Amino acid sequence: MLELKNIHKNYNPGSVNELCLFDGFNLTVEDKQFVSVVGSNGSGKTSMLNIICGSIAVDSGQILVNGEDITNKKDYLRQRKIGRVYQDPAKGTCPGMTILENMSIADHKGKVFGLGRGVKKQRMEEYQEMLRPLGLGLEDKMHTKVGSLSGGQRQALALLMSTMTPIEFLILDEHTAALDPKTAEIIMELTDKIVREKEVTTIMVTHNLRYAVEYGNRLLMMHEGKAILDKCGAEKMAVQTDEIMRIFNEISVECGN
Amino acid sequence: MALLLSVLEQGMIYAIMALGVYITYKILDFPDLTVDGSFPMGAAVACILIAKGVNPYLTLPISFLAGALAGMVTGVIHVKLGVRDLLSGIIMMTALYTVNLRIAGKANLPIYNQENIFDNRFVNALFPGFLEKYKTAILIFIIMIATKYILDWYMSSQSGFMLRAVGDNETIVTSLGVDKGIVKIIGLSIANGLVCLSGCIFANQQRFFDISSGTGTVVIGLASVIIGTSIFQKITFLRVTSSVIIGSLLYKACVAVAIRVIPASSDLKLVTAVLFLVILVIGGDRKKKVKKNA
Repeated sequence: MLELKNIHKNYNPGSVNELCLFDGFNLTVEDKQFVSVVGSNGSGKTSMLNIICGSIAVDSGQILVNGEDITNKKDYLRQRKIGRVYQDPAKGTCPGMTILENMSIADHKGKVFGLGRGVKKQRMEEYQEMLRPLGLGLEDKMHTKVGSLSGGQRQALALLMSTMTPIEFLILDEHTAALDPKTAEIIMELTDKIVREKEVTTIMVTHNLRYAVEYGNRLLMMHEGKAILDKCGAEKMAVQTDEIMRIFNEISVECGN
Repeated sequence: MALLLSVLEQGMIYAIMALGVYITYKILDFPDLTVDGSFPMGAAVACILIAKGVNPYLTLPISFLAGALAGMVTGVIHVKLGVRDLLSGIIMMTALYTVNLRIAGKANLPIYNQENIFDNRFVNALFPGFLEKYKTAILIFIIMIATKYILDWYMSSQSGFMLRAVGDNETIVTSLGVDKGIVKIIGLSIANGLVCLSGCIFANQQRFFDISSGTGTVVIGLASVIIGTSIFQKITFLRVTSSVIIGSLLYKACVAVAIRVIPASSDLKLVTAVLFLVILVIGGDRKKKVKKNA
């Protein structure tokens, strides 16, 4: 269970550009929930993910994981139990390393990176088995540098890599936004499959309202640092894209977009 | 023939230094100027230890450790104190000037009359007669190749993978649960350890320490790395470390030719600078670095 309690976050405090993003933000995510988060630009979606992952610090408030306070825990320590996929396909993989090398380091996540061999050859077939269902032919390119793959291929690999080890949370930060519609669809289906198989608690930020409605069992709409809509379970299943679109347009009109 | 031998010896000694520069410049994307201080540091360590009667072979690991320490300090200044990369190196380079003087005790320390790693009873017995004049080159070759293979071995370890990853994509290092700051510090330590080791071998071959011997080391290192990686990167069977070594040999050969054609030895630094510029332009390596680190 993940809890954000009374989070306060100001950007550029003390300057003319001061921006109060979160003013007492609260959120509780139950285990095995798949939360889709939508909202306009600047509503605090990505900031919320960054706060959870420790990429940015909070001014005050608490972040609890299964009751343990991780507010002051270093980002790299927190992320041992968090898988994250970014909007930019380049961020989730190492372009200068081969697919095999990338999967090897992902496989070793959270452990000590010592002088043992970086690539475990005996695991190669297992890696290929993991890649085969993607249908992208990556299993035959194990020694190809990831930098020469397409955005969709890289994102599929990044998604796979982020979930190779047992994790408590999967954080998806507009992970289909940089892909063409068809590839985005493939990645989204893959996401859903992985989340179901691993039963991992997931928070997905997206600008695609249809994905937000179709996938996941909880829907959150954020606006100016607050969750203005929060539907889960049966309520979430009943939600229609049009309805979300209407609410989304209303709040957008308010801020003059 | 004597010229060729000298180019080979120098090229191989500087190749070890270039391997260090390769780690910082190419892998970590960190223009590390500490090198100008850690190279003469190796020479200072070697000369003072040999002058004090320590076994010359012990100067090799000791100078590696001394260099690693210097690199670690640069890393701590950059990572923990948040000083930008170029400035951290400049600070350490400046500080090391004094440190080197303190280590050696003076600006010049000759060790002409002492045994060194190339000239001692054991080695002299091993290379009799006609082999005698090749012994230095052969020994440097052995040390250089050993260094290369150890570095290759390290780079293919889990820790080495993290080093490659941190230069490639810092985000992923954090997401793997590894402190990227520590990885950078490790990289800088290994790099400067190699540079210092190279300075130590240099002093053993030249039989003296000179405080100014480090000036321009970073240029030699960068030129070697860029020649090596841009010319030979297309040859896939060649490991990058081998390319860097060949780059160093080629660079030393270019300089040797340049020395013969320039009017006065005082023109050498200008020639070196121009040569470096030409290499940068031909190697196509200038834009990215200017943008990122200017």
